[in-house]
Amino acid sequence: MVIECKHVWEHISGYLDQTLPPDVLEQVQKHLEHCEICSAILDSTRNILILTADERVFELPLGFSKRLHARLAEEIRGMEH
Amino acid sequence: MAMERDESRMIVAILAGDAQLFHELIRPYERRVYAMALSFLRNEADAEDAAQEAFLKAFRNLASFRGDAKFGTWLVSITLNEARSRIRRRDSIKMESLDEPEDEQGQSLPALLRDWKEIPSEVLERKEVRFLLQKAITALPLIYREVFRLRDVEELSVNETAQALGISISSVKVRLHRARMMLQKNLAPQLKQLAPKRRWLAWS
Repeated sequence: MVIECKHVWEHISGYLDQTLPPDVLEQVQKHLEHCEICSAILDSTRNILILTADERVFELPLGFSKRLHARLAEEIRGMEH
Repeated sequence: MAMERDESRMIVAILAGDAQLFHELIRPYERRVYAMALSFLRNEADAEDAAQEAFLKAFRNLASFRGDAKFGTWLVSITLNEARSRIRRRDSIKMESLDEPEDEQGQSLPALLRDWKEIPSEVLERKEVRFLLQKAITALPLIYREVFRLRDVEELSVNETAQALGISISSVKVRLHRARMMLQKNLAPQLKQLAPKRRWLAWS
């Protein structure tokens, strides 16, 4: 079965997450082989996810931890009294 | 080798009176909770305050933690609630809709750029890219931003995300897809401008 571009777009997330059922995966795969538009969209979406992964390297504001634990300590002290 | 963390045992001990252990319990989650609060509140001071409040609420309500979800997931849902209620309070005039938009199933055209098989390293390193990405994520409507952050930034599983947000697994999938497509549509043309040396073709 041949599927159209807009149907492929509906499956881009599933394709990237590898959660497509085998028959759909095969249709999408076939389409991607000959459709430059869809493979470009797939690539750019994947690249955005790669960039997003960089977001995980995240610096906490200076002193964040210290202030948090100080507030907690206060809470715990309050509870004990 | 680091000692393995047994969070359920830690929680039992805290509830039995060793309250100090709560400091240890939350250490691995500080970054995640703050990052999530920041992504929703878009302001460092508010985010820090919301993060602190979320940890305090977790401490006060620890006895109601059932253990059917992971502690981290439970913490995420507390943080989300805290961020949401602050957004409601703060943006009470220009309120962000927490309801599902009617066109959730609707299709929006992705942006087209060809020959983007890999991201050139010089582009990856540029601060502008980071800035654009952060801007695009914070510009997502709340229901999409939540799912995107939990799944694609914090790498929670589909199940954990559904649990944390109190929505169905299929909603997680639909919203994640929509979020990614919105980001693609928004970011692809901008990223294209940052790497003009490559051959790009515009949509339509």
